[in-house]
Amino acid sequence: MIESVVGYLYVASAILFVLALKWMSEVKTARRGNWAGSLGMLIAIAATMIAFKVQRTDLVIIAIAVGSLIGVPLALKLPMTAVPQRTAMSHAFGALAVALVGTAEYYQRIPQISNFAMIVLTAEMILGFLTFTGSTVAFLKLQEIIPGKPFIYRGRNFVIGAVVAVIAVMAAGLIINPNNHFFLPVLIAAALVFGLLLVMGIGGADMPTVIAILNAYAGLSAAALGFVLDNQLLIVAGTLDGASGFILAILMCKAMNRSFVNVLFGGFGATASKGVIATGDVKPINIEDVYLMLEAASSVTFVPGYGMAVSQAQQVLRELGELLEKNGAEVLYGIHPVAGRMPGHMNVLLAEANVPYDQLIEAELINPKMPTTDVCVVIGANDVVNPAAKEDKTSPLWGMPIIEVDKSRTVIVLKRSMNPGFAGIENPLFFKDNTRMLFGDAKASIQALISEFRSG
Amino acid sequence: MHDNVVPVSINLLIFLLSAFLGLGLIKKVSKLLHTPLMSLTNAISSVSVVAALIVMAEPKNILILTLATIAVALAATNVISGFMITERILRMFKKDNGGKTK
Repeated sequence: MIESVVGYLYVASAILFVLALKWMSEVKTARRGNWAGSLGMLIAIAATMIAFKVQRTDLVIIAIAVGSLIGVPLALKLPMTAVPQRTAMSHAFGALAVALVGTAEYYQRIPQISNFAMIVLTAEMILGFLTFTGSTVAFLKLQEIIPGKPFIYRGRNFVIGAVVAVIAVMAAGLIINPNNHFFLPVLIAAALVFGLLLVMGIGGADMPTVIAILNAYAGLSAAALGFVLDNQLLIVAGTLDGASGFILAILMCKAMNRSFVNVLFGGFGATASKGVIATGDVKPINIEDVYLMLEAASSVTFVPGYGMAVSQAQQVLRELGELLEKNGAEVLYGIHPVAGRMPGHMNVLLAEANVPYDQLIEAELINPKMPTTDVCVVIGANDVVNPAAKEDKTSPLWGMPIIEVDKSRTVIVLKRSMNPGFAGIENPLFFKDNTRMLFGDAKASIQALISEFRSG
Repeated sequence: MHDNVVPVSINLLIFLLSAFLGLGLIKKVSKLLHTPLMSLTNAISSVSVVAALIVMAEPKNILILTLATIAVALAATNVISGFMITERILRMFKKDNGGKTK
């Protein structure tokens, strides 16, 4: 009797998870979606505790208390600029949890374990452990504890290939005879090393894609665990998460015109070709002239990139935007999908700074407006506005969809110095006739513009 | 341990249907919300806490109990911080009204 009740509770929980994603489709209903998800989770946990008669409630309470002690302060205090790091960390936690349960389940079932269960369990452990180290490296890079540059060396692909071979042999050994339990520690170690090596070779600018791929892996490993434990709720929830990571990864790859394989093994930014060297005159501009230009403009579009997050310029940017609106200009923000360090990063930062979300316009929708835009202001973005993507076939960016700021009447680029961007790719935008360079820290420059407006 | 009560084929069916449903739903999510979408799905996939609890129910030895308990703590961290951060992020998205001074 009680078991069938629990079954229905799992169904309720699965429906709530699906509704949560459905309601996430638009801002109006998104919060309701989050509440649906939370309720679904609460039901799932309560039903499990009752149905499986978990005896060691003391340990469960301790574990959940530890989780709350880490989770609650993290959730309340986390600065929005650090959301990519926390996302990477949560993938690491989730994947490790799944991998540990998989390992525990292996020891629990041995020596009676079916071949099918062993195949799924092996896949689950490989995915879980590699996602754990991979996400940990992503976290360390985003938090700048280790350098964000891709760590590329001669023979990288050979080393990775060797580790994959070890994983394959150990996996085969375990699947053929699950009682070969001495293969398991080697398999785990190899999977851990694989995740580490893979993400070490990927640069900070590729993090949006990497985070999305790791998200998909974490979800899929949870779904695999559902197969092993014969728990359908886990299959549903894990698969939904996997699908989400997968779609985001595809979107990120499309936004960079690259493939998964190229992101994972390309070592972007470490390649020899930087594109045709852009030449010409760079035309610097001072604060006063920028002020005059903005003051006269009737349409202004800001294009932010990771540099905006680094210099924490989003608040002052919103202030400047409001002053321009009061001055009668139409103000929009052009958001490229891979601007920042995770999908949607710029939107969150600008929303936090109180920019109304209907002013945040995605790349495909802002581009048609470019020819009629008076002034485009580029803040800490580089590759996503690089016209070499359309003009220079030798550029590593060739074919990538960009925000076509060069089509606007005037472009003002806020930049620290003439150093090329993170990936070191030549950017001919800086040399265009309609481009003016405002050198200096983005936040300081925008603050100076604000005081010009206030006094002028 | 319990034998499989549900045939593998049914589980596979559930997996495939969830995958199609997930792909369809996620495609419709506004690009504005991709960051909170990630924190939400991350919290949801931490339903693996359920798996850890199931393993905790009848552990054969202390190693298994320890691994499962650690997993509960890790997954619980994700559940709690995931839903809370999503709520925090979503609260920040406001439409253009009231904010403007006339």
